[in-house]
Amino acid sequence: MSAPLVPHNDEELRRRRRRNNIALGLVLGALVILFYLLTVVKMGPAIFTTRDL
Amino acid sequence: MAFVDDSKDYIATAGGARVEDYVALLKPRVMSLVVFTAIIGLLLAPGGVNPVIGVIAILCIAIGAGGSGALNMWYDADIDRIMSRTANRPIPSGRVTPGEALAVGLICSGFSVAILGLATNWVAAALLAFTIFFYAVIYTMWLKRSTPQNIVIGGAAGAFPPMIGWAAVTGDITLPSVILFLIIFLWTPPHFWALALYKQGDYQAAGIPMLPNVAGEAATKNQILLYSVILVLSTFVPLFIHMSGWLYGVIAVLTGASFLYLAARLHRASAHLQMKQAARSLFTYSLSYLFVIFLALMTDHVGQLLGWVR
Repeated sequence: MSAPLVPHNDEELRRRRRRNNIALGLVLGALVILFYLLTVVKMGPAIFTTRDL
Repeated sequence: MAFVDDSKDYIATAGGARVEDYVALLKPRVMSLVVFTAIIGLLLAPGGVNPVIGVIAILCIAIGAGGSGALNMWYDADIDRIMSRTANRPIPSGRVTPGEALAVGLICSGFSVAILGLATNWVAAALLAFTIFFYAVIYTMWLKRSTPQNIVIGGAAGAFPPMIGWAAVTGDITLPSVILFLIIFLWTPPHFWALALYKQGDYQAAGIPMLPNVAGEAATKNQILLYSVILVLSTFVPLFIHMSGWLYGVIAVLTGASFLYLAARLHRASAHLQMKQAARSLFTYSLSYLFVIFLALMTDHVGQLLGWVR
């Protein structure tokens, strides 16, 4: 298994990893919004119904 | 720049790829066709769906297709390295590790199937899972390297998206969705064999048994013509089952005639250069052909809903 060849430059490597982490963070944020919207749509008007049991 | 082990400028490090390299693993260009046909399947299906659910369904199908693309690149890195068309992909060019590609592929595949199932229904999710399995395992790992009929059967993987889009709305598999499948399924062989005809040397070098290398140019041209005729005939089926009206019919006849003309021209071409040019024009045309046919199905459908087309 060959590892990728990336610049031997700590600054460049750090920059790339930082960008990857930001991208991953954005993907996770998008997933949170997606699940939120999905829940609201799936529950429909019932989301505003509160029942005392 | 040559990437050599003793280079002082470059070292091998996991996680050092750029975001674009990970995105390239998902085969964005293939994904765009998948998204397009899946949207058409979703919109043509009777009943309709909540727009948010619809967008999530398309997103899942796109990510699922991307996941299978990453799995394909993970498995095919050895042959991708040899072919000029694929040598610059993230793994053979050394920008992403095979392990990273495998992880991206598995995560995208798993998440897309699970979310599609939760958002729509498990028939659509099962179809998506089957599509990913079919492309990554049946096509990539098995058929691609073992039979010249690889893309005929493997083409099914590319034909499923409109069916998944349809199933996301209706929760079932019905005749019109099977016809959408059939059109892409029959379109795949002439499309890829045209590519294989003018990229023969590449496939030969990589040891992939594409039809032109195994059966020869004449046999390939015969098969292309045969499949083109069946393809064009299949595009008329929506008319007979009253899925589409005259507007679609006119477009299907005109674009189908051009397809057959190009296939026949390729069939007649004997000189090597002339043959390659004819193969190239058929390949390029076939891409827009599929796009136009699906767009026509959609336009006709909208026209019928609005009462403009009968």
